[in-house]
Amino acid sequence: MSSDNVQYVYNPEGLQLSEPNKFRVEDLRSEEMIINLGPQHPSTHGVLRLEVLLDGEIIRDVVPHIGYLHRCFEKHAENLPFNQVIPFVDRLDYVAAMNCEHVYAMGVERMLGIAEQIPKRVEYVRVLVAELNRISSHFIAIGTYGMDMGAFTPFFWVMRDREHILRLLEWASGARMLYNYIWIGGLFYDLPVGFEERCTEFIKYIKPKLVELEEILINNKIFIDRTAKVGVLPLELAINCGVTGPVLRGSGLRFDLRRVDGYSVYPELDFDIPIGEGRMGAVGDCWDRTWVRMQEIHESVKIIEQCLARLTTDYKRTRDFDPQAMVPKKIRPKAQDFYIRGETPKGELGFFFRADGRSDIPYRCKCRSCSFVNLSVLPEISRGILIADLIAILGTIDVVMGEVDR
Amino acid sequence: MKGFLDQRFENGGFIITKLEDLINWARLSSMFPMTFGIACCAIEFMSTGTTVYDMDRFGMAPRATPRQSDVMIVAGTVTFKMAERIKRLYEQMAEPRYVISMGSCSNCGGPYWQHGYHVVKGVQRVVPVDVYVPGCPPRPEALIGGFLQLQEKIRNESVVGPKAIERLIAKESASDNKMEKSIAS
Amino acid sequence: MNKFEEIVAFVRQHCGQSVDIDEAMTPRGVRIQASDLHKVCEKLHEDPAMYFDMLSCVTAVDNGVEAGTIDIVYNLYSIPFNSHFTLKVVVSREQPELDTVSDIWKTANWHEREAWDLLGVKFRGHPDLRRILLPADWEGHPLRKDYKHAEYYRDIKVD
Repeated sequence: MSSDNVQYVYNPEGLQLSEPNKFRVEDLRSEEMIINLGPQHPSTHGVLRLEVLLDGEIIRDVVPHIGYLHRCFEKHAENLPFNQVIPFVDRLDYVAAMNCEHVYAMGVERMLGIAEQIPKRVEYVRVLVAELNRISSHFIAIGTYGMDMGAFTPFFWVMRDREHILRLLEWASGARMLYNYIWIGGLFYDLPVGFEERCTEFIKYIKPKLVELEEILINNKIFIDRTAKVGVLPLELAINCGVTGPVLRGSGLRFDLRRVDGYSVYPELDFDIPIGEGRMGAVGDCWDRTWVRMQEIHESVKIIEQCLARLTTDYKRTRDFDPQAMVPKKIRPKAQDFYIRGETPKGELGFFFRADGRSDIPYRCKCRSCSFVNLSVLPEISRGILIADLIAILGTIDVVMGEVDR
Repeated sequence: MKGFLDQRFENGGFIITKLEDLINWARLSSMFPMTFGIACCAIEFMSTGTTVYDMDRFGMAPRATPRQSDVMIVAGTVTFKMAERIKRLYEQMAEPRYVISMGSCSNCGGPYWQHGYHVVKGVQRVVPVDVYVPGCPPRPEALIGGFLQLQEKIRNESVVGPKAIERLIAKESASDNKMEKSIAS
Repeated sequence: MNKFEEIVAFVRQHCGQSVDIDEAMTPRGVRIQASDLHKVCEKLHEDPAMYFDMLSCVTAVDNGVEAGTIDIVYNLYSIPFNSHFTLKVVVSREQPELDTVSDIWKTANWHEREAWDLLGVKFRGHPDLRRILLPADWEGHPLRKDYKHAEYYRDIKVD
């Protein structure tokens, strides 16, 4: 047992399969083969293993194997108080951590019944940082997708612009990526002095960059050739598989939980919901989904401008504003089952709480993550296509393995 | 402005150095990391590779395959399902190979140390680690600091075995054999 | 609410056995018996007045060793009518088995695999019931309240 020491022993017989394939080599026909896009692969966006049953270059079936990042979020949530679970909620969808925290905090506040008493300034700051994080998450989605398609330049542009967002959020919350900022009942800190001005400068800076990004990637002839009419997801199948977010909107349904549920201060803000219209061929193809994400960045910029306007006039900072004023000392919701859902950049993130009314530790906290459900649609739309198209489709589903495996 | 090497060695074209220093300098200036991002730290690793905190100026160009890479940066939480794969990838790398453990999840289990039944509490239980970079996730500057530490370690490596220690080991094993022979007889 | 009472009446109509309204649930829903589950779900999915076309979440909750039951909660949502509904089924802890709904909603396929993996709930008729998040040779179902992990898994210390 060489487990605790640093000494390493090479044992060639010790390599065993922890996740056997679904298809067995003996059952295949003579022209079929099983190819493994293993957990370590630059284009699987994290540790996802795809077992592909191929006939030449055409795919007969794809079986995703997940669980390589199963970090036992639900077990931790059953052993820690509600407010101490927030850093773990961050790490679910780690590129859009503020959105995950927002949904979770909203859920617990509604369970406690204090959702109406959260100060408006806190709500506007929450929406502001959530939309900033939405832009940063869509940047990563589009940038890495371009890299999968072979376009390296948009990736570098996008990461450079994302650095500005990360620095703004670091100034507000103290960390670049995993913030622990949105607390139950308020925020950790208020926005720093001067944040609104810097954010306005950032918005002014980013608008021409978005136009550039669209020109170089989204409207690029090669990109269009690779993604149009590929991976068409029919709307019926999408709803039956429970797909949400830009993947569902790319198939033509104008369904956005920020409008449908109208949580937080979104009803007071003015923004559109882009949907896929099949501009480049078919409704619901890969190009549509990427285009929907690009347009959502524009809409998020609009929302941020409106939030900044309100935060500097109606809900200006005052000397005695305490963002932790409504943070409850004891978080003990009544015994109930509660399901809250919200719109993160990837889709519908839902938390199912069961509180037992006797302690401040959730009895059960299940995370219904959008990437988990979105990934299950991959086998349905990838039969009969080529391997290169499979990579194209996987990129548009925009999976984050932290959310899939929790 | 003359180039760097021209400035250092102005007196004609002769450079006198030890072979070890030359080999170590060549090795540390072109470490190729394997792109092996598991979780959140992978995003910070990607940020380190891009224009703002450029990793390429240290000679690090990410390679996708373990056969062509020198250093494996384990970025993210190592789970039991993934541990077998990490071991296999480590064994596929050609020597000399190094491992940088990035982030607190791969250092010691991280925030999941307490109730994580599926989390390996530290990647050193699976592969030998050379440099640990703390943080959750570590800033790109911290990761670059980790690279520089690894470069320091390589700078002090020796290509040949140290002669004095080898003689000592040989002497000890010879005396052990003599003692065993005297006990047996 | 009006819509909620309509849905409850509809469910009562198609249920052979008892239907209890569960008060402490948000969104509101009912508790039904395991034998009625598949029929009710099918009717809720197909009926044009109900049209629950999206299954948001399937959760399995372990009530502990003393209570001896496991709850399985289905959160349904209807996109055209914008109505939520919850179905709760209670099964025994020693033999947790019920019918799958993955032929009605494809979402349930992976959710039920996860319930099997983490809590040990078997779904009859599921096309592919195997572990999804944990390795195939893992012992035990971790989210049960009496779960104790093994000392070593394949020579690596767990704790």
